[in-house]
Amino acid sequence: MSAPAKEGRVPRWLVRYASPVAVLAAWELSVRLGLVDPFLLPALSSVLLRAAEEIATGDVLFHAWLTIYRAMAGFLAATALGVTIGVLTARNRYCRWFFEPLVSVGFPMPKIAFMAIFILWFGIGDASKIVMVTLTCIFPIISATYLGCSQVDRYLVWSARNMGTSERRVLWKVVLPASLPQILNGLQIAFPSALIVTVVTEMISSGGGLGGYMILAARFALSEKVFVGVVVIAVVGYALLTVFGHVRRHILAWHAESQMAI
Amino acid sequence: MRPLAGLGRTAFYYTPLLIIGLAWEAMARTGILPPDLGPSPMQTIAALRLLYTDGDLVMHAGISFWREFAGFASSCVLGTAVGVGMARVDWVRTVFRPIVTFLYPMPKSALIPLLLLWFGIDHMSKIAAVFLGCLLPVVTSAFNGARGVEPQLIWSARSLGTSSTAILWKIVLPAALPDILSGVRIALSVSWLLLVSAELLISRSGLGFLISYTGESGDYSSMFAAILVVVSIGFLADRLFLHVIRWVLRYRDFTG
Repeated sequence: MSAPAKEGRVPRWLVRYASPVAVLAAWELSVRLGLVDPFLLPALSSVLLRAAEEIATGDVLFHAWLTIYRAMAGFLAATALGVTIGVLTARNRYCRWFFEPLVSVGFPMPKIAFMAIFILWFGIGDASKIVMVTLTCIFPIISATYLGCSQVDRYLVWSARNMGTSERRVLWKVVLPASLPQILNGLQIAFPSALIVTVVTEMISSGGGLGGYMILAARFALSEKVFVGVVVIAVVGYALLTVFGHVRRHILAWHAESQMAI
Repeated sequence: MRPLAGLGRTAFYYTPLLIIGLAWEAMARTGILPPDLGPSPMQTIAALRLLYTDGDLVMHAGISFWREFAGFASSCVLGTAVGVGMARVDWVRTVFRPIVTFLYPMPKSALIPLLLLWFGIDHMSKIAAVFLGCLLPVVTSAFNGARGVEPQLIWSARSLGTSSTAILWKIVLPAALPDILSGVRIALSVSWLLLVSAELLISRSGLGFLISYTGESGDYSSMFAAILVVVSIGFLADRLFLHVIRWVLRYRDFTG
């Protein structure tokens, strides 16, 4: 309780970034002082230098582009399919009967185990990786869409119908917009796993990408390159999540959720 | 009467899965599906029986279970401690919160090659992958849960002379339990996924290894059987944990 008075003099950003900076400094120092083997933990400075080199040659950027492409392709396919199935599940009882058990069984499964099957079916190229990402992302999207659509305020739907709106227009103008926050929640949960799974699939089957880049570096025991991969993936993950947050705020600008934040 | 009716409803609920299985079997038998797409469901089950009787399956599953348990248990204990500590103690929050915020968007699977470099290809690297995969979901949910404890509860206990230790064990932890348990549920599925990925990638044992080994030697029936086992364990573990949560939280309203 006495802390605020003391913290009042220390600038907020300093408090906020103190511990990550301390961790990074401890990393650099422990290598410099010879406390850890630079093979197991290359110094931060040498990792950053190496990263600068790899970026300058464009090598790591090419792999990062491949990873982003696969993750986005799988994610967008999962969004299109997942929202469609979710809406159908919420609005049609036969679809609900068919899809509900599939989703409840498929959701908690470790989908990555299917990668071996997808390689058998679709080869080791982009297709198997993108299908894998789609399969991983689709379950949270279906269940969020289903929840969102089945919780739409009934009076909204009734009033629209009462004024003679066609079922199709009720779907596009009332149900989908009203369930948009929940659908976006589902997308937000699915999005990080798209990146996680893309990286794993790239490690499992060749074809470049950041995962392939790192696993190759690990097999050749190039620990600096492995760290460059970790750093680049972290940056890509952070950047994509930030963009996603902005898009969400933009799309939901009309919704009470955004008004509350202001 | 009642259990039978429940069984019937469950059977009806899972009928679509059965239909897909039967359709697949029928298409494989009539040759609509070319055999190079892999084994039919019945062939997969036959391979599963073989894997079970010659002991391979039990051995690899045992190894995977041990890795999962070691990483999962240690991560839950440490993650809860850090999360609750962050909520209750100012300096712990100042130190850990920025680190958690920076690590959160990081795809954890990117750490697998690093763990292989550090801990080799045996148990340790897999346990570390499970540990790291569980840590952040548990920390953040324990933090959120312990932050949300009603201050009135703590104040009343304190005014009655309860010690800080007793407040922690009797009030903060029970009140944060629902959040902690739902974080642990996420951790359970994330960690099983990371474990299988790590075993698929580089390993000499475990269920993930069994998938990649049988696949590379062209024994696709056994590969499908191993995948079936991995996926069923993931599903059953989640269901089982959901029942555990319901049982632990039976004293309060819980819908999850």
